Amino acid sequence: MTLWEKMKASPVLGGKEGVIGLAVLAAVIFVILPLSVDIFRLNLIGKYLTYAFVAVGLVMLWGHGGILSLGQGIFFGLGGYAMAMFLKLEASDPESTKIQSTPGIPDFMDWNQLTALPWFWEPFKSLPFTLIAVLTIPALFAYIIGYAMFKRRVGGVYFSIITQAIALILSILIVGQQGYTGGVNGMTDLRTMLGWDIRSDSAKYILYFVNGLLLFGAIFLSKYIMSSKFGMLLLAMRDKEERVRFSGYDVSNFKIFIFCLAAMMSAVGGAMFTLQVGFMSPSFVGIVPSIEMVIFCAVGGRASLIGAVYGTLLVNYGKTVFSETYPELWLFLMGGLFISVVMFFPNGLAGIWDKLATKYGWFKDKAEVAKKPEVSTSGVEAQVVLTETTETMLAADSTNTATKAPRKRASKKDTGLESSKMRGAEA
Amino acid sequence: MSNTDFVLAVEDLTVSFDGFKAVDSLTMYIDKNELRVLVGPNGAGKTTVLDLICGKTKSTAGSIKFNNTELTKLSEHEIVRSGVGRKFQNPSIYENLTVYQNLEVSYPKGRGVFGSLTFKRTQEVEDRVRKVAADIMLTEFLDMESALLSHGQKQWLEIGMLLMQEPELLMLDEPVAGMSAKERDQTADLLNRICQNRSVIVIEHDMEFVKKIAHKVTVLHQGKILAEGPMEKVQADEKVIEVYLGH
Amino acid sequence: MFGYSMADIGNIVVMQGFSGLSMFTVLLLMALGLAIIFGQMGVINMAHGEFMTIGAYTTVLISKVAASYGFTDYYFVFAIAIAFLLAFAVGYFVEFIMIRHLYKRPLDTLLATWGLSLVMQQIFRSSFGAKEVSAELPEWMLGSFKPTPDIDIPINGVFVMVLAALVTFGVYMFMYKSRWGLRVRATVQNRTMAGAVGINTAKVDRVTFALGCGIAGIAGAAFTTIASTGPTTGTLYIVDSFMVVVFGGAASIVGTIASAFGIAQAQSILQFFMTSSMGKVSTLLVIVTILMMKPEGLFASKLRK
Repeated sequence: MTLWEKMKASPVLGGKEGVIGLAVLAAVIFVILPLSVDIFRLNLIGKYLTYAFVAVGLVMLWGHGGILSLGQGIFFGLGGYAMAMFLKLEASDPESTKIQSTPGIPDFMDWNQLTALPWFWEPFKSLPFTLIAVLTIPALFAYIIGYAMFKRRVGGVYFSIITQAIALILSILIVGQQGYTGGVNGMTDLRTMLGWDIRSDSAKYILYFVNGLLLFGAIFLSKYIMSSKFGMLLLAMRDKEERVRFSGYDVSNFKIFIFCLAAMMSAVGGAMFTLQVGFMSPSFVGIVPSIEMVIFCAVGGRASLIGAVYGTLLVNYGKTVFSETYPELWLFLMGGLFISVVMFFPNGLAGIWDKLATKYGWFKDKAEVAKKPEVSTSGVEAQVVLTETTETMLAADSTNTATKAPRKRASKKDTGLESSKMRGAEA
Repeated sequence: MSNTDFVLAVEDLTVSFDGFKAVDSLTMYIDKNELRVLVGPNGAGKTTVLDLICGKTKSTAGSIKFNNTELTKLSEHEIVRSGVGRKFQNPSIYENLTVYQNLEVSYPKGRGVFGSLTFKRTQEVEDRVRKVAADIMLTEFLDMESALLSHGQKQWLEIGMLLMQEPELLMLDEPVAGMSAKERDQTADLLNRICQNRSVIVIEHDMEFVKKIAHKVTVLHQGKILAEGPMEKVQADEKVIEVYLGH
Repeated sequence: MFGYSMADIGNIVVMQGFSGLSMFTVLLLMALGLAIIFGQMGVINMAHGEFMTIGAYTTVLISKVAASYGFTDYYFVFAIAIAFLLAFAVGYFVEFIMIRHLYKRPLDTLLATWGLSLVMQQIFRSSFGAKEVSAELPEWMLGSFKPTPDIDIPINGVFVMVLAALVTFGVYMFMYKSRWGLRVRATVQNRTMAGAVGINTAKVDRVTFALGCGIAGIAGAAFTTIASTGPTTGTLYIVDSFMVVVFGGAASIVGTIASAFGIAQAQSILQFFMTSSMGKVSTLLVIVTILMMKPEGLFASKLRK
């Protein structure tokens, strides 16, 4: 078996379509974009890609698990702030802060009449501790929230409202506790990590690639989970929770796990955000960013991992372009996007792509994979490509475009939401 | 007689919803390999009894012993794991998964979070799925998305999902609702086959169907037992005729 | 305690309590509208705050017109009516083009109405500017009376309380004593059956939603008596209002009143002793903690499922 055949056969990757989708995404992130834009723009794209971690987490949590968290900004923020605390401490060595009344503490603490470093800041002097904290603090926080709510069977809109309230609480807290958090400005002026200047062009390149690799790590991990029995149960739970419970599963544990995992992914995104952008502020924690991250995921297709990445890139690109040139129009556009995606394209870009792919039979083996599940689920991932990359995909698959793949489920009424569930079942 | 001889011993079971007693000091024993049918007019508390046994509703008073284990203190998934399976009134299957996947998900291995992440489809699982599929007459539909099944086939699939768990006690809430006459006969055969090595409780309204399957019948009325015994005896009971069979 | 004497604390509690009452009335009116929409229909309306803003801007505009014609003293009553009607009409329209397609997808309704709130905020900003504007209050509303030398009770506060009491009473009568209310409750409990007995469920939905929005409009009119209005005014209240509704047990009017009172008072009094942000954080934290332990809210009745 060649490598290509092995990859195609892997249920984790999701058949030929899944492999091509991943390959195209990798080409876009690691080759096309770095070669075609300058470092300023690339850094901007890197920033967008940190949001994609949140979107990938939401695909699992919301698209597959049916749990809509409106508080993913909490975890993005916790991860980002943990990293920012480490960088801020490094930037606040006694030498560079000697004009302060208390040298050696971060500038905003000095402005707020603090004379010593608060105890909970101390451990963030260590990089290993910080890296562990980036992952464990959000996970722990998610575990507490998830345990309290899922064990009591709080779900649906109640979960959404309560997570939203928690996001509000955290952002008010950060703004209010200026002396400890930097307040509304956040933690700015972050310069080096262990002496390495993160503001230099070379560092920005390196961080961009590290970010991309981590994102792929998150996608692969998600794909593995989706192709396991866990993934199948997640879908089963979303649609018939009672049946799963009365098949002997403790539903809450599965929900807690997926919520913690989504939280950890968001936190990694937050930490990478801090590194690439050089600051962290409460404006990435509260209600508005949290719900915006949901729309990134919805635009790409709530059940599609790769779609979520493209959705994030596209919406943020639009936001940058419009808020630079027509700031007035942007809110209209964003609002319109929310409304129209939900009402007319509940499966987002991935849904549109998938319809086209089915219609023209671009992926013949897709139907076969769906019919004969190899391990636990038929792992076919829908994915989306930006217009400029469509040709690449077509070229890669020119051999099989002629025959239309027979699909058993074609007879099924293909209304918006139902087909989103179908997508879920395959991914 | 000691209640340890029974698979299921329900004693003085009561549940009240804001003062309304849906089940009122109910006592009932189910034998090994017995197929018991619960009948009674709407609102008699039949479904509530099943809810209480499987833990969906918590009882106000009384005890439910399954193989001498008290069920009232266990959570739903623990009750299932101890060997009780429950089919709901409306077919409750995972419509987006294939028939195969529906059965596979119900296989009683990999029930924890990490167990499910590392669960592998072994030959054993495969064999079990095929055997159950043959039992419920769905072999040729294994790869079909289950949403496309007919109503009756969905009912069978849910029964099959329970059979995957090999429960000692199987509870079926109106298993033939919405089925054609032919499907009803097939279901009666199916039930007679599967109660060979387990106890079954069925809720059913269709008296013709009840006659075909019941070993014993319990008639519920306003949360209490009105009559209990073999079908012929119950059918001749005047109280039963008055509240239920008469019209 | 915090360096105040007991008499001081008594006065602070009374006065902060009273300023809490103004907030209570706005929250209550907001929450009543939400309780109808969310509690009865199960729809999450994230744009509810913007319906309040519609009412607030309406009142401000009418006050400007009234001021230029010199009948400032009486305009407020008209303003309330027009705020209600306008918000009702917009709500009616929104239900027709958007909400009715999403009844089976509550989470999606949440996202779509969030989008709507963004659009509405931008419309406000484009038409009225980003700056906050205030209504010209009638003379008689501006004063305050002093039951003791240390206590000031503003008259506008008393006015909005009376208003809130009337609206609450009206909602109660409508929901539980009128034929319309009966239809609404029937539709909520069993849509198919309600349709089968001849209730026009689509119309019931539309009127119910619009009514909730209309009450938010009244909340906006009340709001202008205690603060100035900006394009994002509504967003300040949306989370609090949802907390009120959920905390009170979604479908209970008594619960809504009690929880609006509790939340507003707690915030108002805590804000005096701590910073304003910490007062809000502590209140929300307590609510969220209680909701995690008792998710059905404080006043929900035990249901047989």
